[in-house]
Amino acid sequence: MKSLGSIRREFAPWNDPSATPYIVFENVTKRFGDFTAVNNLSLSIYEKEFFALLGASGCGKSTLLRMLAGFDEPTSGRILLDGQDMRGIPPYRRPVNMMFQSYALFPHMTVEANIGFGLKQEGMPRAQIEQRVAEMLKLVKLEQFSKRKPHQLSGGQRQRVALARSVAKRPKVLLLDEPLGALDKKLREETQFELMDLQQSLGLTFVVVTHDQEEAMTMADRIAILDKGEVMQVATPAEVYEAPISRFVAGFVGNVNMFEGTVAARDDDSVRITGASGAEIVVGNAGEAAAGNAVAFAIRPEKIRVSSRRPEGAANAMEGEVYDLAYLGDMTIYHVRLDDGQVVKASALNSSRAVEEALSWNDRAWISFPPDAGVVLTR
Amino acid sequence: MNSGWSRFNISSIVLGFAFLYLPIVLLIIFSFNESKLVTVWGGFSTKWYGSLFNNQGLMDAAWVTARVGVISATVATVLGTMAALTLTRYTRFRGRILFSGMVFAPLVMPEVVTGLSLLLLFVAIGLDRGFLTVTLAHITFSMCFVAVVVQSRLVSFDRSLEEAAMDLGAPPVKTFFQITLPVIAPAIVSGWMLAFTLSLDDLVIASFASGPGATTLPMKIYSQVRLGVTPEINAACTLMIGVVAVGVIAASLINKRREIQRQRDEQAAQRA
Ligand SMILES: Nc1ncnc2c1ncn2[C@@H]1O[C@H](COP(=O)(O)OP(=O)(O)O)[C@@H](O)[C@H]1O
Ligand SMILES: [Mg+2]
Repeated sequence: MKSLGSIRREFAPWNDPSATPYIVFENVTKRFGDFTAVNNLSLSIYEKEFFALLGASGCGKSTLLRMLAGFDEPTSGRILLDGQDMRGIPPYRRPVNMMFQSYALFPHMTVEANIGFGLKQEGMPRAQIEQRVAEMLKLVKLEQFSKRKPHQLSGGQRQRVALARSVAKRPKVLLLDEPLGALDKKLREETQFELMDLQQSLGLTFVVVTHDQEEAMTMADRIAILDKGEVMQVATPAEVYEAPISRFVAGFVGNVNMFEGTVAARDDDSVRITGASGAEIVVGNAGEAAAGNAVAFAIRPEKIRVSSRRPEGAANAMEGEVYDLAYLGDMTIYHVRLDDGQVVKASALNSSRAVEEALSWNDRAWISFPPDAGVVLTR
Repeated sequence: MNSGWSRFNISSIVLGFAFLYLPIVLLIIFSFNESKLVTVWGGFSTKWYGSLFNNQGLMDAAWVTARVGVISATVATVLGTMAALTLTRYTRFRGRILFSGMVFAPLVMPEVVTGLSLLLLFVAIGLDRGFLTVTLAHITFSMCFVAVVVQSRLVSFDRSLEEAAMDLGAPPVKTFFQITLPVIAPAIVSGWMLAFTLSLDDLVIASFASGPGATTLPMKIYSQVRLGVTPEINAACTLMIGVVAVGVIAASLINKRREIQRQRDEQAAQRA
């Protein structure tokens, strides 16, 4: 598969065959009774990577983090950290720290004591602890709250204390379980960028759990998409969005239109797909699809053009009727019902003030897209 | 809100309070009676309080009760807390149901049965009845009350606090003493106070388990009353009521103030 690369910075050790991963999950399975929470999962995470575990609630994300932190042991399989097998090593001897979903701040201790707790356990001299705590308070901008107890803080402030506490020991790896889950939308967006800055400036490896795909896309170098305890795809945000490898991933991240059909013919990289109603789609980058395969063609709404007349020379064009439309200011979203009954979602950026083609409800309309606008999915 | 003060409501409140407190009020009033006759008012006096402190038998009994109370409450708190921890933490050990049944049975066991069985045990193992046996008996029956109080706190205890401490490098024992114990301390203190109060007013079990030289205050009072109630006894009881009342009021005031402070802090934090 052609790599689309990271959009954020030049950092891609996963493409370097000589790089050794820092954290390795090797065929890890975790069962609770007869329920399998994590199923034969393998993953590699590299040093200084910002890695996101993305999946619906209950798919085993927290369980993965907890096994890495040492609170749960895998039923089978191995977890390696910097080449060392972690089995049997208790949480208090692992070079990882975790920021808990509930923050888990110690209610009977001040902000200062919370942040210094880990350093005290290390036996660091008091003067040094004070210095480090002051540094951390400054980092999360809570200097004037050092003497408060957790219940005297707002939600956002508690989140910062939890963060400061978990990075105070300068762990090699920081695990974050839904770190922004309890914040409101505006604070979330601000904090996402602060987390990214923090990760860069401290040079840590971050493994963050989230069920929010936008959050994962914004922050992570790579995303692992999980479903029912299994990895569906591990890739950069751009790859996950533009080159999903299965129907599940395509549907999970962002909006997508799926055309189910059969590969009628393949030559070189391009295929012709015949839908149930006989409509044909020509696709340029067919991946592994072979003639006769039942496949889905997945295409994002913004890659589809809507027009009132059949566009000249379009590789793929289908006719239908505008079934619904939403004008959002910056863009317009069309739902077009094709003549074979399928509803297609298309979005158009309103780049000029006057709406170019004033399509309205129940108007006849054409959708069109070039051969390489979507992907062919065999799974 | 006139519905709050209907005639029915007022009369039920008055009746209820009278039912609960009239006997106690009478007892307190008659402890200040000049006359030696308990039921005849002969004018105000505090002389019975003076003679109470000179009554060696009663003072000895009070001293025994205080020591039994402190020792048994302390040991019961340690054991009850351990039982509560075991019951909430290790939910899958063999015989858990039996263990929890055994811990909580004394709550509903008739005191006579508890007392008698303890007596039989002490006789069987040849333990002379006295201070030690009353203390042991009090530990046995008050431990389950402590376990109940502490367990109800532990059920709502956020285990991730302990995980966070371990994650930050604290081994289990340190985690317990630095995190778990301070967080559940208020429940442990209430457990101790409950155990102490139970020991203070127990008559039945002490009568079975005690022996010469270890007469507790309730036993002493009861035996004196059988020979006739003296105002001295009223004075002793009034003092006991005073001690308990001060304790209860202080505890609830402290709790209330803490709660108000906490709410204020939280509101302030929300506004900030
Ligand atoms: N200690 C446990 N005992 C039994 N089931 C558990 C336990 N921990 C997690 N599970 C189950 O494992 C599944 C995955 O949980 P989790 O990893 O917390 O999911 P999430 O992806 O939402 O973080 C859930 O269905 C949960 O009920
Ligand atoms: Mg979770």
